[in-house]
Amino acid sequence: MYTQSLDQQGSKTEHAADAETAEQLAAFQKRVDAEEKIEPKDWMPSAYRRTLIRQIAQHAHSEIIGMQPEGNWLTRAPTLRRKSILLAKVQDEAGHGLYLYSAAETLGISRQQMVAELLSGKAKYSSIFNYPTLSWADIGAIGWLVDGAAIMNQIPLCRCSYGPYARAMVRVCKEESFHQRQGYEIMLDLCRGSDAQKEMAQDALNRWWWPSLMMFGPGDAESTHSAQSMAWKIKRFSNDELRQKFVDATVPQAEFLGLRMPDDDLKLDEASGHYNFGEINWQEFYDVLAGNGPCNKQRMRVRRAAQDNGAWVREAAEAYAQKQAAREAA
Amino acid sequence: MTTDWPLYEVFIRAKSGLSHRHAGSVHAADDEMALNHARDVYTRRNEGVSIWVVRSSEIVASDPQDSAALFEPAKDKIYRHPTFYEIPEDVGNM
Ligand SMILES: [Fe+2]
Ligand SMILES: [Fe+2]
Repeated sequence: MYTQSLDQQGSKTEHAADAETAEQLAAFQKRVDAEEKIEPKDWMPSAYRRTLIRQIAQHAHSEIIGMQPEGNWLTRAPTLRRKSILLAKVQDEAGHGLYLYSAAETLGISRQQMVAELLSGKAKYSSIFNYPTLSWADIGAIGWLVDGAAIMNQIPLCRCSYGPYARAMVRVCKEESFHQRQGYEIMLDLCRGSDAQKEMAQDALNRWWWPSLMMFGPGDAESTHSAQSMAWKIKRFSNDELRQKFVDATVPQAEFLGLRMPDDDLKLDEASGHYNFGEINWQEFYDVLAGNGPCNKQRMRVRRAAQDNGAWVREAAEAYAQKQAAREAA
Repeated sequence: MTTDWPLYEVFIRAKSGLSHRHAGSVHAADDEMALNHARDVYTRRNEGVSIWVVRSSEIVASDPQDSAALFEPAKDKIYRHPTFYEIPEDVGNM
């Protein structure tokens, strides 16, 4: 998902140094099992803390980088109505990033360090934002599919065992629903329009469908962090379970639009009521993660430039604050 | 950024008549910027009619380690609750 549970940088090595007693760990697990929320100053296993920092930071970075593909169409939205909506959505994503950075900070990592890790390439963000937005229909497809997939993942995160993360997710989920609906509305408009518009919508679906399915992360058999995250109630459903829910919810929506899913193996299994779908190209997923997606370099270049170009503003604000404080003290 | 700007906790009054409630936090160089950031980050949908911001470092918090000492003593004082008292039904609502 936005977090994709994919960080490879082995933090497991630190484990040996963790002086945690079996009683502490058992008492912690008991609290989690009782659905008690863990709050910042409570005792927690250091691996729980590390897992959350990695996941929340990755989630925050995804929200921030995720502004770029949509920001690409802000100046070219077809009407003022669409432009206002898109602007509000992109602004929301910035807000989501900020809620999440704050939540991660409660675990003892600084904002500065998180940003530095993103800029250096050490921290990951969701693979989905490394695909280009080639047409206006892509803005529809992103809202409908990418925000739709995000909602699937984020709703169970509202019940995450870590209080600040869960609370941030409640706020995010309230805002996401508009994101998905405005995207679907764009698709609806295009599908009710000319042949060329409908074709544009189909083309966007063709390109975004598979990357959207990859957002849920590797299959359960490959997903190394999953079992522990489930036990800690950071995660409530496995990657494959969420992916299936998303497919089941989305296929009928595509049918309503009169669009064809780009998957010849997609078929409703009458017995289970679930859709069977084709094999995901995991090689593509790992390539994008490794930095070789269509837009990885551009996304990082733009993010670094924003950091550099804003430096003087931050310095000026800081100098002003210091001057004001000195004046007050005098 | 030379330093992380100070962290501020944000409290929002959703509408008059309600108390301010913790909404989240923002970084800002000074108090005025903290208010502006809080407005942009936490009230994009009419979530509030009033904002308080306070530097996180100014908050004095109890330690979870002490929570037993602080809060357990209240637990066995059930006579502080109205349900502790049995009033005959004939008396009516009280
Ligand atoms: Fe978001
Ligand atoms: Fe969104």
